[in-house]
Amino acid sequence: MKTYTNEALLSPVLDDDGAPFWQYAAQGELRIQACSDCGELRFPPRPCCPHCHSFESEWRKMSGRGRVWSYVIPHPPLLPAYAEQAPYNAIVVELAEAPRIRLVGNLVSGPEAPLNSVLPERLRIGARVQVAFTEVNGMSVPRWVLERA
Amino acid sequence: MAGIKDATAVVGIGQTPFAKQLPESEKALACRAILAALDDAGIAPAEVDALASYTMEETDEVEVAKAVGLGDLSFFSKVGFGGGGSCATVAHLAGAIASGQATVGVAWRSRKRGSGPRPWKNTDVQLPTPAQWTRPFGLLRPADEIGMLARRYMHEYGATRDHLFNVALACRNRANQNPAAIMYERPLTREMYMTSRWISEPLCLFDNCLETDGALACVIVSAERARDCRRRPVYVHSAAQGLPAQHHGMVNYWNDDPLTGPAWSAARHLWKHADFTPEDVDVAQIYDAFTPLIPLSLEGYGFCGRGEGAAFTEGGALEIGGLLPINTGGGGLSEAYVHGFNLINEGVKQLRGTSTAQVPGAATCLVTAGEGVPTSALLLRA
Ligand SMILES: [Zn+2]
Repeated sequence: MKTYTNEALLSPVLDDDGAPFWQYAAQGELRIQACSDCGELRFPPRPCCPHCHSFESEWRKMSGRGRVWSYVIPHPPLLPAYAEQAPYNAIVVELAEAPRIRLVGNLVSGPEAPLNSVLPERLRIGARVQVAFTEVNGMSVPRWVLERA
Repeated sequence: MAGIKDATAVVGIGQTPFAKQLPESEKALACRAILAALDDAGIAPAEVDALASYTMEETDEVEVAKAVGLGDLSFFSKVGFGGGGSCATVAHLAGAIASGQATVGVAWRSRKRGSGPRPWKNTDVQLPTPAQWTRPFGLLRPADEIGMLARRYMHEYGATRDHLFNVALACRNRANQNPAAIMYERPLTREMYMTSRWISEPLCLFDNCLETDGALACVIVSAERARDCRRRPVYVHSAAQGLPAQHHGMVNYWNDDPLTGPAWSAARHLWKHADFTPEDVDVAQIYDAFTPLIPLSLEGYGFCGRGEGAAFTEGGALEIGGLLPINTGGGGLSEAYVHGFNLINEGVKQLRGTSTAQVPGAATCLVTAGEGVPTSALLLRA
């Protein structure tokens, strides 16, 4: 059986604002940028707080639990590494402690499993999920698995 | 404040043929469309002193001006965000002419999207913010990004694939009346729609716009000058751009209400400066890169309430004779996808009374640019 090639998947290109997210991901932590002054969470990361305009921020640890907000099942034409796993899912997860903070990811059967490892029929909006990190091209990226009852 | 209301008019439109592949370059197509629009207006190229296009337009002002023999330019402007900029090109020229910065403006778009590369295949330029949060996870194409919002919309408001089919069908029916449309001789059935291949579930092939080579242009002058032109003037009654607070482009997943897009903010400004209301709109040209943009735009521009856009499409509402005939040339779904410029020219045709799917007595037309990105819109009147 042909194994899928995680290595050919796109890697995030880091910028100054987002780099801490990926550094914490490398430690297996899901952290979201928060304003040091007013405390508001913000995502995607940016240099200053749109609420109070402070440039001071910290990275707050999340539980890693959330719910599926929406999902798509992409089919070709796609970039080759993704076409190889299509149809797969891409999901948006709203975080349990901050539903307005949403992350794009993939629902998989286990952290190392391919992007198509969960049958499309099992996807549903509202499903409870838990973050799990995997390595792609030497970078730790979040994946999502269904929370066990 | 004088403002731009009815101060300017579109007096010339031009276009090239539309096809999956045209032999000429984008530059040559741009020149042909611009010269056709000026000829339609009866205005010499040397009189043009203003240009407007999209930041994605590859033929720049210097190339256009020297090729078609324009005069001294005193105003030139480019608008960002792909198809969101379409109506803003006309709006910028209307503003420039109404405020005395220029007298004859040309807006245009030339694109070989049919035979050229698909932008999403370029993996180099699209990975920094916000793409680092989306593309590595296989959310690669506009169809995937809008599909995500469409699925949520269907979940929240009970919209179905039949509603999206209503949109695709209305556009296809109008294209079947338009000899210039790519889909002129190709009718669409519900069976074809429901059994077509997926692009990004919940969106199928027919929920996606065409990939077209082609170019279009239009000419804008003051209302006074318009009265002496060869064609019946089509007045720019109101114009607006919209970039809502905390908007994130096509990946608008990170604010309180991702389904309230730029259409809502453009609409607020558009109607504030208009003498009529959505109920008075005779025909609409609504940006249709993807079918779900129609229900979202119907809501945003005030034709129905939040969540009612899908139901609005029922009972032939979007067809000729319906509540709001849309995309009467076939739109991006079935005429040509040239970043929405064909919607502008079709709006002009309707108000001249020369559309291939003419709405009898049409006197007012809404034209919109791409919803889901920073957008723009025009209210045109005869
Ligand atoms: Zn703050």
